[in-house]
Amino acid sequence: MRINATGKYYTDLNHEVKKTQDREVVIDHCLGQRYIGTGVTGKNIIIHGTPGNALGAYLKGTDLTVFGNVQDAVGDTMDSGKIIVHGSGGDTVGYGMRGGAIYIKGHAGYRVGIHMKAYQDHQPVIVVGGSTGSFLGEYQAGGTIIVLGLDRKKGMPTGSYLGTGMHGGEMYIRSCEMPRATDQVTVTPCTKEDLEKITDKLEYFCTNFDVSMEEILSRPFWKLVPSAYNPYNSLYTAY
Amino acid sequence: MGINYLYPQYEIHRDPMRCIKCRVCERQCANEVHHYDEELDVMIADEASCVDCQRCVSMCPTRALKIVKTDNTFKENANWKQDTIEEVYRQASTGGVLLSSMGNPKDYPVYWDKILINASQVTNPSIDPLREPMETKVFLGKKPSSLKMDKKGKIVSEIPPQIELELPIMFSAMSYGSISENAHKSLARAATALGTCYNTGEGGLNKELYQYGPNTIVQVASGRFGVHEDYLKAGAAIEIKMGQGAKPGIGGHLPGRKIGAKVSETRMIPEGCDAISPAPHHDIYSIEDLRQLIFSLKEATNYEKPVIVKIAAVHNVAAIASGIARSGADVIAIDGYRGGTGAAPTRIRDNVGIPIELALAAVDQRLRDEKIRNDISIVVGGSIRSSADVVKAIALGADACYIGTSALLALGCHLCRSCQSGKCNWGIATQREDLVKRLNPEIGSERLANLLTAWNHEIKEMMGGMGINSIEALKGNRLMLRGIGLTEKELEILGIKHAGE
Repeated sequence: MRINATGKYYTDLNHEVKKTQDREVVIDHCLGQRYIGTGVTGKNIIIHGTPGNALGAYLKGTDLTVFGNVQDAVGDTMDSGKIIVHGSGGDTVGYGMRGGAIYIKGHAGYRVGIHMKAYQDHQPVIVVGGSTGSFLGEYQAGGTIIVLGLDRKKGMPTGSYLGTGMHGGEMYIRSCEMPRATDQVTVTPCTKEDLEKITDKLEYFCTNFDVSMEEILSRPFWKLVPSAYNPYNSLYTAY
Repeated sequence: MGINYLYPQYEIHRDPMRCIKCRVCERQCANEVHHYDEELDVMIADEASCVDCQRCVSMCPTRALKIVKTDNTFKENANWKQDTIEEVYRQASTGGVLLSSMGNPKDYPVYWDKILINASQVTNPSIDPLREPMETKVFLGKKPSSLKMDKKGKIVSEIPPQIELELPIMFSAMSYGSISENAHKSLARAATALGTCYNTGEGGLNKELYQYGPNTIVQVASGRFGVHEDYLKAGAAIEIKMGQGAKPGIGGHLPGRKIGAKVSETRMIPEGCDAISPAPHHDIYSIEDLRQLIFSLKEATNYEKPVIVKIAAVHNVAAIASGIARSGADVIAIDGYRGGTGAAPTRIRDNVGIPIELALAAVDQRLRDEKIRNDISIVVGGSIRSSADVVKAIALGADACYIGTSALLALGCHLCRSCQSGKCNWGIATQREDLVKRLNPEIGSERLANLLTAWNHEIKEMMGGMGINSIEALKGNRLMLRGIGLTEKELEILGIKHAGE
């Protein structure tokens, strides 16, 4: 199915997507329509243009590919499926995400991957090709966040307050200099074994966005893990 | 080891004439207060661990036990009371934030107790609920401003989704994790039997409880624990938790030690991992952002479920409620500062927020003034202790009430306010299997159903006394209320006259 989204209100557009029996759906001229892919299972949706906020919120078993930029709250509380963005993303990408994968070719905004969780075979992944804003991985409790900083010649590709409140999961950051994170995060240079753990994700990124693995591996990677998994145990005294 | 500045708060009096050394108290106490001394052949007690939950007292077959407040006293001081001094000692020895459970126990005014209900005499006769029909059913949700009907009188206007309740009382949000599986089962079964709803809190929904979906409100909060498409579709409505009366401006934190296999499965997080729900939703900074979350939930559930937004009663509550009414929410839930909690910083619980009575009156009035009252239903909680409180709340403008503490009391809670320890001897606020099984969900649900059946009958009697036979006619009917011992300002905010006027 092919939908021309010009002038279409989001509820009408999403209703059409939900209604069709077709697995493949192409949306042309998308301009700000929200919640695309939300409440839709088992489809492959290709979007040309700029979808609105909360693209793929609570996404379950649907794949979304966007040829364009995406806005805020992409993949909010996402459960499974893939979101592939051939452009940049806004704030709070993958908020509370518990499964599936988000690949963004360009940059992403503030608070990427916050509250990310993992559970049994639900192991969420976010890969950002460019740089991100502050509060990356805030309160991260599980899953993997990878930031490549492919656009940068120097400096770290992440903003301030990196990993505040992190208490689970892992972050991998490609950067010439050691990322400066809060005390709640332990930063170490990536070992060969660490890199092997994320190779499949990097390869997937390369295949989708036509980037060479050689270029990606031309700079050091850093691994960030929480300094404590139960950070607030000693904060309280019962009364 | 330093000096222990704290003297036990309670004394355990054991009548040796009655005690048969059966050691039930020892087996029943998860705080390990009671011990049997074989050499001396006596039961002894370590009062320092006693929280006065009354479990041993209730279980003692010979009524040999009683727990009394210790009369050991610090030098009396009207400013520095013993509690205050002890709090300083506790913090000086641990460096910790004081943590408490259940609702604010301080001696603030209870406005419910300063409001009186009207009754008919001579004219406008009262109605006898024992022989005349009385309607206590309520529908929560947006009401259309006009209705279109076809020639046969059938409504053709689209009606926004509603929550249908047989009585104006629901069980408020208490997560699986903060309370036990058997407590949740009791609430779910009772809600189903009564035709009302219970609320999952931010702890996800156990697979076994999906069968009670039509009587379940599923909650979405900042941590998004256990939130996925099936969960959202499982309930009668979805509640976004922005705040909680016991801890306005503060989030939740379920420590890893309470997250065993089943809680982990339901919350969808690893076992032993702290579950942190921060105070703010980091994607909500405005009413527009709230609207975005509301509509993402509606989109995920095909616009079939009403969305509730729950906030704590705070100073600016009327303006906030007005924003929420315009955000697309179907119901606003307001939680007063006496609302309960499984754990909250003591200073927050005891000092932040405002009474639900004043918040409710202010919100209802504001929404009426702005002519948007029918766009949203109001549910209030935060210490609704009896059917009289329910009647007063509805007359002040609420559509329905949430009860939490009252429901836990029905399950056996004795308000020892030690939920945070996870060692609830009544099997309510614990995840320890040996303790959880002390609460039988069959009996628990029956006790909850008994409580609300009784309250509903009392509500009907009070309504009948006022000559009102439908709860709708009581809603916002402030002429049915009078204040007693209240100042002009308090009466003005409550929108009621003083008794005698």
